[in-house]
Amino acid sequence: MTEIFDKLSLYLQFSFVQYALIVGVLIALCSSLLGVTLVLKRFSFIGDGLSHVAFGAMAIAAVVGLTNDMPLILAVTTLSAILLLRTGQNTKIKGDAAVAMISVGALAIGYLLMNLFSKSSNISGDVCSTLFGSVSILTLTLTEVWLSTVLSGIVIVIFVLFYNKIFSVTFDENFAKATGVRTGLYNLLIAVVIAVIIVLAMNLVGSLLISALVIFPALSAMRVFKSFRSVTICSGVFSVVGAFLGILIAIVAGTPVGSTIVATDIVGFVIFLVIGAFAKRKA
Amino acid sequence: MALLTCRDLSLGYDGHEIVHGLNFNVESGDYLCVVGENGSGKSTLMKTILGLLSPLSGEIELGDGLKRNEIGYLPQQTEVQKDFPASVWEIVLSGCQNRMGARPFYRKEEKDLALSNIEKMGIEPFIKRCYRELSGGQQQRVLLARALCATQKMLVLDEPVSGLDPVVTAEMYDLIARLNREDGITVVMISHDIAASLRYADHILHIAEHLFFGTTEEYLASDTASAFLKGGDGK
Repeated sequence: MTEIFDKLSLYLQFSFVQYALIVGVLIALCSSLLGVTLVLKRFSFIGDGLSHVAFGAMAIAAVVGLTNDMPLILAVTTLSAILLLRTGQNTKIKGDAAVAMISVGALAIGYLLMNLFSKSSNISGDVCSTLFGSVSILTLTLTEVWLSTVLSGIVIVIFVLFYNKIFSVTFDENFAKATGVRTGLYNLLIAVVIAVIIVLAMNLVGSLLISALVIFPALSAMRVFKSFRSVTICSGVFSVVGAFLGILIAIVAGTPVGSTIVATDIVGFVIFLVIGAFAKRKA
Repeated sequence: MALLTCRDLSLGYDGHEIVHGLNFNVESGDYLCVVGENGSGKSTLMKTILGLLSPLSGEIELGDGLKRNEIGYLPQQTEVQKDFPASVWEIVLSGCQNRMGARPFYRKEEKDLALSNIEKMGIEPFIKRCYRELSGGQQQRVLLARALCATQKMLVLDEPVSGLDPVVTAEMYDLIARLNREDGITVVMISHDIAASLRYADHILHIAEHLFFGTTEEYLASDTASAFLKGGDGK
């Protein structure tokens, strides 16, 4: 046991480990905050869909040869987020079908492009690390750490400022609209924020596992807590603890970071499930 | 001047017309029931009054200083709300959004208003409870308290008793009638329950091929009513 702690305290002195922890915890916090709204609005899968779009955009950036692919990915993902949340209210293609279509389409096109044009000798390795998160969280530069910190900060401030509006739009969009809340505007805001979080989170867990960061904290908190505020706070704490533990375990055990975080979240979910079941029986 | 005036209104969505030539007005203090068969356009009318849909043609005029966002709305329950973690307090407070503008947080006056409406609806024992754990009647009271936070003048209710048992239904009707009588709140209610509509409402709007609008007495004497009451849908 002491061996593990020695190893940990040694690792924690490295700046790349500190960076990974800071960025990981911030991204986890952001994704969990919006996760509650997305789960409740039946948009759980939008995270999944958007991350595949981000993957497609990344492939295009690689093919075109952009060195800094972040702006392109962010733009494409934001645009898709807006389109997807729009179709949620629209008629022709229903929300879930639209998400499925765009997500699979982007995944296929992305992989196709990478295969056709990539100069890399290890395509499957590249693809695998984009999908499941690579070691890239452990190779963050200081600039990337700052970028992630600032963007996360903005997301958190926006969430706190618009918390009451987000609640009313999530609980009853028609009522909110009838009483003069500009629901279109807030849906747009939610879409943009989600897109930013997805792009940030791709570094952490890869594009296939992002949904986990969005869904698990919210669902776990909903098992135990009963008010919107307590669910939101709990899912934030859940997500931060999960990401923190996950990263530490991954470093010590040498496992992939993204899937370790998700595995930690799954364990947490099961614990909350049991607590929730007991609380219900007692009541 | 009337609180709400509809002139030559055509309703529908996606360019598909459901109702046309709708003329009626609601005076301050009225209790209007909107009846008609399923799919006749009752809910569409309600959404149009609330500004959620725009009319295909014609106009809706609000008078007596009533603003569009000051209509209290009691919607039918949505799928989302059945599993929604929110306390009674959070939901009622969200009815104050129309006073907020861009201001992010609630002030004391909004909290006081929410509290007084919670007391008025008799749901203060559940104030910290989770909405989804309440009974159907209690949930409706919560949503009614929220609607009252949004208005002092006019309530628009979309089948407020659907899914409630007879005892709770009667309580709900009495509660609404009291709001109308004692607080002078104008009530516009969509209803399937024609018997209760005739008992409580002072005006009836019947949406069907032959539109009818008038007082309840006029309605009872009309051909529309006798056909509707004899037909399958009248309970």
